[in-house]
Amino acid sequence: MRPLKNLSFLVGTLAVAAVMLVVPRMILAAPVPMDTNGVTPMAYAQKIFYFHVPTAWCAYLSVFFCAGGSIAHLMKRSRAGLAIATAAAELVVVFGLCVLVTGPLWGRMQWGRWWDWTDVRLVSTLILWMTFVAYMFVRRYGGPGSEKLASGLALFGAVDAPITYFAVFFWNKLHPQATVVRRGGMAPEMAKAFFLSLAAFTVLYFLLLAIRVRLERARQRLDDAHLAADEAGLLDV
Amino acid sequence: MSFLRAAWLVASKDLRVELRAREVVVAMSLFAALVVLLFAFAFVKEGQTTPDAAAGILWITVALSGTLGLGRAFDREREGDTLSALLMAPVPRASIYVGKLIGIAFFMAATELVAAPLVAIFFDVPFGAHALPLAGLLALGTVGYAAVGSLFAGMLSRNRGRHVLLNILLYPIIVPVLIAGARGTQALLVLPAPDTEQVWLWVRILAMFDVAFIILSLWTFEPLMTSD
Repeated sequence: MRPLKNLSFLVGTLAVAAVMLVVPRMILAAPVPMDTNGVTPMAYAQKIFYFHVPTAWCAYLSVFFCAGGSIAHLMKRSRAGLAIATAAAELVVVFGLCVLVTGPLWGRMQWGRWWDWTDVRLVSTLILWMTFVAYMFVRRYGGPGSEKLASGLALFGAVDAPITYFAVFFWNKLHPQATVVRRGGMAPEMAKAFFLSLAAFTVLYFLLLAIRVRLERARQRLDDAHLAADEAGLLDV
Repeated sequence: MSFLRAAWLVASKDLRVELRAREVVVAMSLFAALVVLLFAFAFVKEGQTTPDAAAGILWITVALSGTLGLGRAFDREREGDTLSALLMAPVPRASIYVGKLIGIAFFMAATELVAAPLVAIFFDVPFGAHALPLAGLLALGTVGYAAVGSLFAGMLSRNRGRHVLLNILLYPIIVPVLIAGARGTQALLVLPAPDTEQVWLWVRILAMFDVAFIILSLWTFEPLMTSD
């Protein structure tokens, strides 16, 4: 099994690398949207979009995996579930950070300021991100029993996400700006680059998830071996 | 023993302990008064209050004093290891959670009776004229806060870093309660007449939060409180 697994990781990594080489070219080649006067208000900053939206998608996908793993861990005491939840929570934080950095960069060009409290996605992503930073904090500093605590938090965070979204949405009473991804909102070249980028990030996400889960499972086995060795008195020497 | 009866026994035990010791509610109320005072220093300038600030200040005060109460209420259980004893009782685990929730909600309600008039006085807002709808908003918000808070505080009760962790875990989750509570209260204070439609919208969001989190807590309390 092991050589096969290693091979699949290698193939996966090469695939991601290949896509990551192609996608930037396509993004660069894609046209920049113009308004009716032929002005490009966003200029090249618009291209943040090809990075921002796919990372946001990966972050939300990861919330879903983290909650699923946490349910398996809480209800079935599944250690594989815990490993998935651990890996997914870290990826929420990583991809979420990409979203939270690129969002304000885009906003600076579009709205003229870094942060806009009326943008429901930005605000609710920040709150969700804080929840998963708290997850990592609990896992790191929570001491014994922190796994359950963190699983509970992940579950609450996932259920909280839509409620937060609604609350932030109505908080401003403003509808969020029309999304760039709406039907017919993109030139064909833009759509091609966007969906390829989306696919590339999704593959990258699953590759990172698989690597991190594998690492976590190895760590669990090492812990078990350590405990077994301790019980057998092998560590007393 | 029925579920509700067991829950009520746990809650009435907490309330009786509190009536005799008068420790948690007094500490919470005093702290709430101090928080309101601190906000007054930050937001009142040349005798004028910042418009719209009062609603937010009331809800942040409720949140901050709530954490204080949660920590203390569960510390009391830990000191005599009475939480373990409670969990050993031959009743559904979820009824213990509901009992704790009711107890905490009562403590918070008592604190709000102090905090709301103080905010009304210091920030010159007519809470008294809208007492009933305000009480409704506060009740829904308090139940939602206590629902998440008592579960997390219970989980953390055996943890060394509980006081730090409770704040970090609780606040991101209860953001919708704070937004809904503060916005609903603001809608009440709109002149010349309250914006009833908005108040109802926030009442509905608060109710949605309460239902979602009580169901989730009832479902997860047992696995979360079982030690391996």
